[in-house]
Amino acid sequence: MIGKAKSPRRKRSTLKRNFVTPEGVDLQLTLGSAGERAGAFLIDLIIMFAILIAASLITAALFNGFGSAADPVFAIIWLLGFFILRNFWFTLFEMGGQGATPGKRLMGLRVVARDGARLSGAAVVTRNALREIEIFLPFSLLAATGVEGSNTDAYIWAALLWSGLFLFLPLFNRDRLRAGDMLAGTWVVQVVKNDLAFDLTAATSERQRTHFTDQALDLYGEFELQTLEDVLRRNDPEAIRIVAQTIRSKLSLPDDGDDYNFLFDYYAALCARLEKGMMLGKRRADKFKNA
Amino acid sequence: MSTPVGSDVIYLNTTRLRLACEADWDRLDHIVSLLEKKSAKSLDDDDLLALPVLYRGALSSLSVARETSLDRSLARYLEQLCTRAYFQIYGVKVSGWRQVANFFADGWPGAVRDIWRETLVALLLTVLGTLLGYFLVRGDPSWFFDLMPGGMAQGRDPTASVQALSKTLYDPGKEGFLGIFATALFTHNSQTALFAFALGFAFGLPTAMLLIYNGVLLGALFAVFASKGLGAPFASWIMIHGTTELFAIMLAGAAGFRIGTAVAFPGPLARLDAAVQAGRTAGLVMLGVVAMLLVAGILEGVGRQTILVDWQRAAIGSIMLFCWLTYFYLPRRHNHDR
Repeated sequence: MIGKAKSPRRKRSTLKRNFVTPEGVDLQLTLGSAGERAGAFLIDLIIMFAILIAASLITAALFNGFGSAADPVFAIIWLLGFFILRNFWFTLFEMGGQGATPGKRLMGLRVVARDGARLSGAAVVTRNALREIEIFLPFSLLAATGVEGSNTDAYIWAALLWSGLFLFLPLFNRDRLRAGDMLAGTWVVQVVKNDLAFDLTAATSERQRTHFTDQALDLYGEFELQTLEDVLRRNDPEAIRIVAQTIRSKLSLPDDGDDYNFLFDYYAALCARLEKGMMLGKRRADKFKNA
Repeated sequence: MSTPVGSDVIYLNTTRLRLACEADWDRLDHIVSLLEKKSAKSLDDDDLLALPVLYRGALSSLSVARETSLDRSLARYLEQLCTRAYFQIYGVKVSGWRQVANFFADGWPGAVRDIWRETLVALLLTVLGTLLGYFLVRGDPSWFFDLMPGGMAQGRDPTASVQALSKTLYDPGKEGFLGIFATALFTHNSQTALFAFALGFAFGLPTAMLLIYNGVLLGALFAVFASKGLGAPFASWIMIHGTTELFAIMLAGAAGFRIGTAVAFPGPLARLDAAVQAGRTAGLVMLGVVAMLLVAGILEGVGRQTILVDWQRAAIGSIMLFCWLTYFYLPRRHNHDR
């Protein structure tokens, strides 16, 4: 390795936000990324179009013998149906207990009031009314560029540029807020659901644990410990082999051929030592810092 | 330092915490999963009573885990468990119907009363636009074609004959052309309402322009009919749903103004906070505006196609207006905080 050793944790803006419950505990919510939000919206859009197409097909089947008599019905489905669908779809689903449209649920997102209060119906309507100018206005303008004559082009492009500002607004603020989120006082957070992973420090077999000296355990801090935890939980043989070799060479220990158990024991011992320090108020963030 | 050997458990804080509380976490997880899939009714009494206790227990486990343990998977698990439980406990509505009832009894009219100044401005702008459109087209009918967007007029222009114009007012609307026209008009007007609201935060300027333009269209159409002596029939044709619909558009515009003024003059608050606070009232108004637009759509789609007598149309329009005004502005005896 050439060059100065840098702290492995770079400072960067994350999507983690403090969210303190009335009980005074910070839940540390993670905001939905712009990509996830766009994905959720696309899923919703696809479902809505599927509904409209299905309605059209059913109408076509019902009016089979009438020929052009069905034409106005199609127009009504696509004009009124799409309007009502897109305005009520988001509002009704987000007012429900899940606070999320089907697309958001699939992407693991939900709408939450920024101040931690209950999400009100008014807030949901506000954030979705703004959607009209954020997304559907730019898109209808975009569609218009293909249809209208050339004399309106300049006007339409100017309008498109202006409304495009709203479309990309979430990319330009730290909290990934749409204009609708800003006004309604809401934001979109990730809802993860995971099971409790097994306890890595508990013994699982009748094996002898490896002992480590204090010196050996002084090598690393919390960051390395948690990286080691990830490696063990992922259980990728190649990664385990490399990590075990690195630690062994640093401690100049002989290779006993059992990489996983070696790391397993080292993790438990390191965890015990760091937790003990923690209880005494001595935390060690990573290997570059001293306790 | 030596660590215990063999099958002896290493008593780390992580392990101790897990041993002490894991059963409770599992139960909370189970209850929350049930709530997420179904409603609160699917829980039995024991679980329902246990929920807040388990939730608080999990929260304190989370605090303990963060301060004493380095097991990241444990902290992550407790974070997601507490977050999910939090949303089920604090995020879910009391009761859908109670909320709806509260909204119509108190929330909506209260919010509408709250923005009466803005509503008055919206009314003024609409009237101004209407007069403008009317006098422009009466003075020079060729203005009509400049004011009206291409497909909107559908043959109701200054060149049309009296019979043709009159027919557009009384045609009961065979399935087909008029159906589409009514649909397009409804969509157009609802969109105008949404835009008037949504564009409000640009200091209210686009909202003002939209309201004036909406008035101009109305005035221009009125001028066309009035010049052929069909002023009164046209007025009643508009009135049957227009009192509701135009009122809704004005309220939407007023809600937009409320946000626009909050953004322009936030007072002691931060600009964004002022916008959120204004957005709360404005959002309540909008929620009701959607309902008003639906009523207007029904009046337009059904009422106007079946009722073909002028005075009846005008009477329905006036009664609707009277109802809305009474509902919104009649003083109430009890006025809870919203």
